Amino acid sequence: MESLYAIELRKITKTYGKEKQVAVDEVSFHVNKGELFGLIGPDGAGKTSIFRILTTLLLAEQGEAWVEGFEVRHEYREIRKIAGYMPGKFSLYPDLTVAENLNFFATVFDTTVAENYELIKDIYIQIEPFKDRRAGKLSGGMKQKLALCCALIHRPRVLFLDEPTTGVDPVSRKEFWEMLKKLKMQGITIIVSTPYMDEASLCDRIALIQYGKILSVDTAENMVKNYPEQLYAVKSNQMYLLLKSLRKYPEVLDCYAFGEYAHVAFKNAFEAAPLEAYLRKEGLSEIEMKAVEASIEDCFIKLLKS
Amino acid sequence: MKQFVNFVRKEFFHVMRDRKTLLILFGMPVAQILIFGFALTNEVKNSKLIVFDQAKDPASQELIAKIEASRYFEVERSVMNEQQMEAVFRQGEIKMAIVFPAGFNSGLLHEHHAQVQVIADASDPNTANMLSNYLSAIVMDYQSTRSKSLVLPYRIVPEVRMLYNPQLKGAPNFVPGVMALVLMLVCVMMTAISIVKEKETGTMEVLLVSPFKPILVIISKTVPYLILSLVNVASILLLSVFVLELPVNGSVLLLFGESVLFIITCLTVGIFISVKTDSQQVAMLISLMGMLLPTVLFSGFMFPIENMPYPLQLFSNVVPAKWFYIIVKSIMIKGLGFEAIWKETLILAGITVVLLVISLKSFKIRLS
Amino acid sequence: MKEIVIKTDRLSKRFGDFIAVNEISFEVQKGEIFGFLGANGAGKTTAMRMLCGLSIPSSGTAEIAGFEVYKQAEQIKRNIGYMSQKFSLYEDLTVSENISFFAGIYGLTNREIKEKGEALVEQLGLEKETKKLVGSLPLGWKQKLSFSVAVLHEPKIVFLDEPTGGVDPVTRRQFWDLIYEASAKGITIFVTTHYMDEAEYCDRISIMVDGRIAALDSPSKLKTQFKAGTMDEVFYQLARGAKRGD
Repeated sequence: MESLYAIELRKITKTYGKEKQVAVDEVSFHVNKGELFGLIGPDGAGKTSIFRILTTLLLAEQGEAWVEGFEVRHEYREIRKIAGYMPGKFSLYPDLTVAENLNFFATVFDTTVAENYELIKDIYIQIEPFKDRRAGKLSGGMKQKLALCCALIHRPRVLFLDEPTTGVDPVSRKEFWEMLKKLKMQGITIIVSTPYMDEASLCDRIALIQYGKILSVDTAENMVKNYPEQLYAVKSNQMYLLLKSLRKYPEVLDCYAFGEYAHVAFKNAFEAAPLEAYLRKEGLSEIEMKAVEASIEDCFIKLLKS
Repeated sequence: MKQFVNFVRKEFFHVMRDRKTLLILFGMPVAQILIFGFALTNEVKNSKLIVFDQAKDPASQELIAKIEASRYFEVERSVMNEQQMEAVFRQGEIKMAIVFPAGFNSGLLHEHHAQVQVIADASDPNTANMLSNYLSAIVMDYQSTRSKSLVLPYRIVPEVRMLYNPQLKGAPNFVPGVMALVLMLVCVMMTAISIVKEKETGTMEVLLVSPFKPILVIISKTVPYLILSLVNVASILLLSVFVLELPVNGSVLLLFGESVLFIITCLTVGIFISVKTDSQQVAMLISLMGMLLPTVLFSGFMFPIENMPYPLQLFSNVVPAKWFYIIVKSIMIKGLGFEAIWKETLILAGITVVLLVISLKSFKIRLS
Repeated sequence: MKEIVIKTDRLSKRFGDFIAVNEISFEVQKGEIFGFLGANGAGKTTAMRMLCGLSIPSSGTAEIAGFEVYKQAEQIKRNIGYMSQKFSLYEDLTVSENISFFAGIYGLTNREIKEKGEALVEQLGLEKETKKLVGSLPLGWKQKLSFSVAVLHEPKIVFLDEPTGGVDPVTRRQFWDLIYEASAKGITIFVTTHYMDEAEYCDRISIMVDGRIAALDSPSKLKTQFKAGTMDEVFYQLARGAKRGD
C-alpha cells in the first residue's frame, strides 16, 4: 500500500498502571518521507512511549497510527520488516564482540553484513579496528555507533532513534548528527527523540512535547519566527542578582537565564536607559543589552509557561 | 532456519563466555553427587555396638556372631549390668546397644516367642533410626533362617527397603533426586534468567521489532540449556556408575528419553517465569522458591510423601519432579521398562502440555 | 582572601597502566559555583569520586573542607552533600520519609529534621505532596527535591553529577535558582553537566581532556582565550583533540 506519509499518528493515547497515568495524550502528527524529524522534550514527556507504539512494541489505548502505510496494531509484521530501531538504553550484547553483534542482528533481519555494507560503511569503518572487542568494553561513543550500525543493517525504510545522544558529550553528539545527515541523503526517513533543545535546528521539522502532549509541530525556523514577543538578552557581572532584579522590575513580562545572558521579554516597548539605571542602582555592573532572536528553547519555555 | 541456527549459536556464545555460570552448571551436578554420595551418606558402616547378654545361650551367641559378621556393626564390648550400659552411652561414643533377656533361647524354642531390646542413642534421630532398622533386619533375617514358620507382622517393613536395595545403600535414592534438582535448576532458573536478561539490557526490544518470530526468540534461547542438561544427565549417570558403583539397571535410552521430557517441562516453566517477570533477581527468586523448594519437598526424594498430610500428598501430584523421580528410580534401580512407567510418563507429559499452553498463551509479541 | 574549600595538588588515579586522572591541581573558593566539564571518559567521574572520599588517589593530595581526602574520608563525608542523576531519592518512600531518612543519616536531631524539612517543603511548594511516593513525582520535582535534601545538613560543599540531565528547560532554570541560592548561603557547588549553556552559569569552569585539566577559568575569559562565541565552541575545540573515550 502506498501512503502519503512515512509516519502518521491520529489521536494516539496511552496510559499506564491502575491509576491510568497518561503518558501519551491524543497525539497527532505526521512525518514526511525522507524527512529527518525530531521529537523534542524532557524525560518523561512521552517520547519513548510514542516510539514504542510506532515500533509495535506497545499498543495504544486509543487512536490510530501508521508506519509507511502499515497500521501499527494489525500490520505489525510488515512494520517489523521495514523499521530500524535503536532504543534509549544500551541494547547490544555486552559479551559478544562488535562483529558478532553485527552478524547476529544481520541474520535476525534475514540479511548479511555484506549485503548492506555500503549503507553502514562510513560508520562501521570507525569501529572496525575494534571488531574483535566485546561490545561491553567499548566507549560510549563507540557503542552508539555500533548500535546504529545494528539498527541499519537491514536497510530499514524508517529509522527510529530514541534519545541517541542522551548522556553523550557534545563532541560525540555533533559527530552523531553528521552521520544522521548522511543517512538522510540515502533516502531513509529518520525520527529521532532528544531532550536537547539545541539539536532542533538539525532536524527538518520538529515536534515539541511535554506531559504527553504535542505543544507544537513545525520547522525550527517557523517556530522561532512565530515567537510572539521581541526578546532581549541582558548580561551583567552577576547572574543571580540580575535575575532577581529583573523579576522585580515592573515592565518585565518574563525573564530567565540563558547561557551567559538573561533572556527578557517586556510588557511594553523596550526602553534601555531606565532599565540600565535601575540595574545599576541594584548594584550590578558591566551591563550589556541587545535584542535577540528567540531560540527553540525560548519557544519551549514559552509553550510550557502558557 | 539459518536465522534460528545463528540465534542458537549466539546463545552458546553467551553461555560459554560466562565462565562463572558455566562452572556452576557443570560443577553443580558433580558436587551434588559427591556430597550426597559420600559426605551425606545415609549408610553407616562398622557402627560400634554394646551387647548386654543376660541369656548367654546358643541362640543369643549365634545372633551376636551374625551381627558381628555384618559390615554394619562391630561389637565394641559387652556389659554386665544396666548401670554399666548407661555409663557407656553417656560417653557418647557408642550409639547402640542390644539387650538379650535371660532365657532367650528357650523362649524361642518353646514359646516361639522371644524378645530382644534395641537401645539407641536418639540424639541423632536419623542415625538411630537407621541403625535400629539395620539391627532389626539382621535379627529378622536370623529368625527366618532359624524357623521358616515364624511369621512376624512387622517383617514387611524392612523388606521393602531390602528388596530393591539389598546392600541397604543410600545412593540409589538420591541419584534420581539430584538429577531432578539439577535439571530443575539449569532449565528453569537459567532459562528464565537468560530471557529476562535480554529484557533488562534492552536487546529484547530490538529483537521484537525485528521480523524474527518472537516465539522463535524464546525457543532458540532454550536450546543451549536443553543440550547442557543432557550433558548434565550424562555426567550424573557416569558418576553414579563409576564413582558410586551404582549401575543403570534399565534402558539408558529410555532414561534419556524421559529426561528430555522432564527437561521440556522445566524449560516451559522457565519460559513462563521469564514472561511474567522483568528483573533477573525476581526471576531467580521465583525459580528458587517456586520450583526448587517444591522439588526438594514434594518429589519424595528427601521426605517420604506417604507421611505427609493428605492435602500435601494431593499437592505433590502436580509437582513434575515427583513423577520424574519415580520414573528415574524405576528405570535406574528397579530396571523396569516403559510398560511399567507409562502412567507416570503420561502424567508428566500432561503437566508439560498444560504448562506449555499456559506459557505460550501468556507470551506476548509486544512489551507489556 | 577568600576561604579555600577544595584544593588539589597533582591528584592522580591509575588503574594499572591506565591513568584515569593525571596530576590535576586546582582550588575552589567558598560559595563558588564550579563547573567540572569533560567529554565522556575524560576522568570526571573518577576525579569526583576521589574528592568525595569514595576512591583513594594513587598519588597527589586533595583537601576538602580542610580535610585530607584519603586520610579523613569520614570527616569529609560529614561536610559534603552529593546528588547525581542516577541516584537521588528512594522512589518507594514518600517525600517526607525521604527527607527524614537522609537528614537522619547526616545526624540531624529530630527537631532539626522537622524544622528544616518543613522549610524545604515550603520552599519547593510541595506541601500537598509530602505523603506521596517520590516515584510518582515528575522528574523535575524529584531533582529539585533531591538537591534540597542534599544540602539539608548545610554541607560546606555539594557535589552535583549531571543534576539536570533530561529535565525540561523551565525546571532546569528553577533548579539553577536553587543552586544560586545555596551558593549565596556560602555553600560551594561542584557541578558536572553536558549542557553548555549551564556552563555559563558557573563562576568558573574546568574542562578535563584525557585525564588532565585542559582549561580552567571563568566562562567569559575562556571564550576570549579560545576566541570562541559560545562555551560550546570552547568545549568542542578542546575535546575534539581527545584521544580516548570512556
